[in-house]
Amino acid sequence: MFEEASLAVQGALDAGATYADARVVVTRSETINVQNENLENYDRSEHAGVGVRALIGSSWGFAATADLAPASVRAAGERASAIAKASALVPGPRMEFADVPVHQTSWSTPVVEDPFTVATSEKVDLLVGVTATMRGVEGVAIATGTLAFWDTNKWFVSSQGHRIHQHLVESGGGYDATAIGESETQRRSYPQSFGQYETGGYEIVRSWNFADHAARIAEEAVALLSAPEMDERETNLILEGSQLALQIHESVGHAIELDRILGWEAAFAGTSHLELARLNEHRYGSDLMNITADATLPGALGTFGYDDEGTPAQRVDIVRDGLWVGVLSGRDSAAIAGLPPGGMVRGDGYNRLPMVRMTNVGLLPGTGTLRDIVADTDDGVYMATNRSWSIDDKRLNFQFGCEIAWEIKDGEFGRMLKNPTYTGITPQFWGSLDRLAGEREWIHWGTPNCGKGQPMQVAHTGHSASPARFANVRVGVRG
Amino acid sequence: MTRHTDLAELVLDLVSDRADAEVLVGVGTSSLTRFANSFIHQNVSEDVSEVMLRVATADGRIASSTSTVPNRDALSRFVDDTLEVAGQQPIDKDWPGFGGPVTGQDVDHWDEATAAADPTDRAQVVKAFVDAGGGLLAAGYCETVARDHAYANTEGRSVTARYTTAVLDGIHQTDRSAGSGHTAGRSLAALEAHETGAAAAKRARDSVDAFDAKPGEFEVVLSPECLATIAVFLDVYGFNAKVAQEGMSFVDVGTHQFDPSVNLWDDATDPRALHIGFDTEGTPKGRVDMVKAGITAGLVHNRRTAAKAGSESTGHAGPGSEVWGPFAMNLFVGGGESDVDDLIGGVDRGIYVSTFNYCRVLDPKSLVVTGLTRNGTFMIENGRITHPVSNMRFTQSFVGALGPEKVLGIGNDARFADSEFGPLIVHAPSMRLASWNFTGGAAG
Repeated sequence: MFEEASLAVQGALDAGATYADARVVVTRSETINVQNENLENYDRSEHAGVGVRALIGSSWGFAATADLAPASVRAAGERASAIAKASALVPGPRMEFADVPVHQTSWSTPVVEDPFTVATSEKVDLLVGVTATMRGVEGVAIATGTLAFWDTNKWFVSSQGHRIHQHLVESGGGYDATAIGESETQRRSYPQSFGQYETGGYEIVRSWNFADHAARIAEEAVALLSAPEMDERETNLILEGSQLALQIHESVGHAIELDRILGWEAAFAGTSHLELARLNEHRYGSDLMNITADATLPGALGTFGYDDEGTPAQRVDIVRDGLWVGVLSGRDSAAIAGLPPGGMVRGDGYNRLPMVRMTNVGLLPGTGTLRDIVADTDDGVYMATNRSWSIDDKRLNFQFGCEIAWEIKDGEFGRMLKNPTYTGITPQFWGSLDRLAGEREWIHWGTPNCGKGQPMQVAHTGHSASPARFANVRVGVRG
Repeated sequence: MTRHTDLAELVLDLVSDRADAEVLVGVGTSSLTRFANSFIHQNVSEDVSEVMLRVATADGRIASSTSTVPNRDALSRFVDDTLEVAGQQPIDKDWPGFGGPVTGQDVDHWDEATAAADPTDRAQVVKAFVDAGGGLLAAGYCETVARDHAYANTEGRSVTARYTTAVLDGIHQTDRSAGSGHTAGRSLAALEAHETGAAAAKRARDSVDAFDAKPGEFEVVLSPECLATIAVFLDVYGFNAKVAQEGMSFVDVGTHQFDPSVNLWDDATDPRALHIGFDTEGTPKGRVDMVKAGITAGLVHNRRTAAKAGSESTGHAGPGSEVWGPFAMNLFVGGGESDVDDLIGGVDRGIYVSTFNYCRVLDPKSLVVTGLTRNGTFMIENGRITHPVSNMRFTQSFVGALGPEKVLGIGNDARFADSEFGPLIVHAPSMRLASWNFTGGAAG
């Protein structure tokens, strides 16, 4: 496939591009959905094509086609340059482009058990089994389970000489139980909302021991219907790891995207409350807050060998001891900001223009355990598993809902509470981080549904987190 | 014969008599010109070619596949793989089968010039929007789509359709504020680029020096963008027959769940509508009334939910609808008689909202949603807009907001408006509502 990508690049250069690159991408996926012991959906897909990017003046031109015949891929390159040239009608400053070392290499996700060779019947039976267990609990109306697998091969070629092949494998899934009341629904999920996904093979699904948690999840969903509502107040908030992972994703991960900071996403995803001039000066949170963007974490969902500009995967400090010190960047945005490119540019399939995306943006662990944090809390609430999420276009004002909560009184778990929510402002919230659990409960949570860009692109990102406590948080907001 | 119909027939030929099957082919072009900081920075175009195949074995085992495969050999392997995995599935006891022959519809939401639009055509639209800002910082996109679809199945159903769409969506920004504008339809030439840019710039300038309003219950005047978001949430979480059958929906057909002035329907055959006139199961779409004079009137169905209900599919299957249920994609919110100024004129103290942002459901059955205002929020006092306010967070039941005696006026400004789930889905007017629950301001 390097030949097809090279033809596309040559087509773009011959048509006037000052730089061009192309990716031939072949993605296979498998999705299985079971509801109430019945197979709802079994879907396989295979998408293959080439996307070519041409830089002329102030704009990228990008063209994609699924036709990999030589004439077609060369024409796609020519079209990318023609598109970039048309941008001159509404011109801007010349787009800078940072240098990176040229690599001719390959990289593959370590896989123990190829998920596509595991018998379909075994996968379906797993989901039928957990939904049966959940439905066996009186009061559960809907029990669903999902497994999904992706196998992606990419061949990247640039006009600077890159030739990189990558083989990425991602696997995972999850399930949930829903109990329905007179005018409400209550849901519990495992391992987290939307399931847990990581890079690797079917061993990931096995590692989460699906069958062991189904009954508990179902019983909690039913119990929530008769649980009391949470009072609206300010209190100590302890977050379970997967909810904290989403908090990181929304209030840190997107805010540190350099394309947002530069205004490139202003109309849709939004901008950021962060100002580049205050890098290395702005206090993001308390001293306990240490965030990294680490695309090299084994098994995490945002792990790869090279990004879609040929930059090697790397670990970048984002927040160090509460101080904002880093961003997510690509070769163009980094050049404008005068920073080294972070290798964080990825495209969704062959047919989307690569853009700045989170890799594994995670909170480094502290010490102790969740139990220790609870024992050290006189009054507060513990919330687990995301149910809703909303944050403004500068990534400042957020409100999250969780599936379940428990009161914390005098260092002990108390009553179960339903419909828990909390709200806050990003710097104040992170400034109130005062306890952080250690490595034993530090998990590389995966987010398989991060939307950004126009046309819309969906990225798979990772967010490592352990449970943590935040002081004086407003909880219990509802309509 | 055309490329898409050829492909559809080829796939069915490859399946042959090994199973029942349906195939949906989509081919065409999607192009999008994106601008930020007042210049075009990302400019993309894609040749689309996708085949969706669903097979059903004689004993009722189902599998579906999608592919971009371009040639016969690859298609043959694609079909063989789909049949092989279907054989490994459990029997689907509720399989409704594929539909039989249908009569074609006179639906052709197509504009030749839009289908032929090139990057220069889109750049000129962008330039008009940017220039209308008079030096403000502009960002947004202009998109054109042209698509041909062919559906065929082994029961003899065969339909084709095509559509074009064009969208211009953007903001103008000062150093302290932003205002948005949106125009969409089937024709690029019909987009009102300069007017949309000028409206966005006015909102941005009018929003400078916003203050933080104290949260609480306010009367509101909501723009078509806000109503479009409310409508798609009612659609996805309420009028979707699958969620209704699961007991997850607020919908109670035949009851007065909304204000008598509220009308909501789906109609792909409306001359103003967009997209194609059949769904991914090849079922022709007709008009479906969801709310009629405030009374909940009906649900949208695919073949599976219709079979369960003992009714007919309304033509609302889509990709993934076996899991997510059927959605309406040609929604109309009934318009009113009032100018927007008249809606505002009736408000003693309230808030005007230009757009919602990042809306998410707290509970699907009560349809309590949290979200924020964005790109122009204004205080209304004594019948006129008096000053801008900072973005506010709300936590509000979308059903309750349109409930009996809650709608105080409906605008005569209905148009295709952007929504939380994207543009080109909802044709909606402005609306004045008695109460909206703002639960937070800029400071939390």
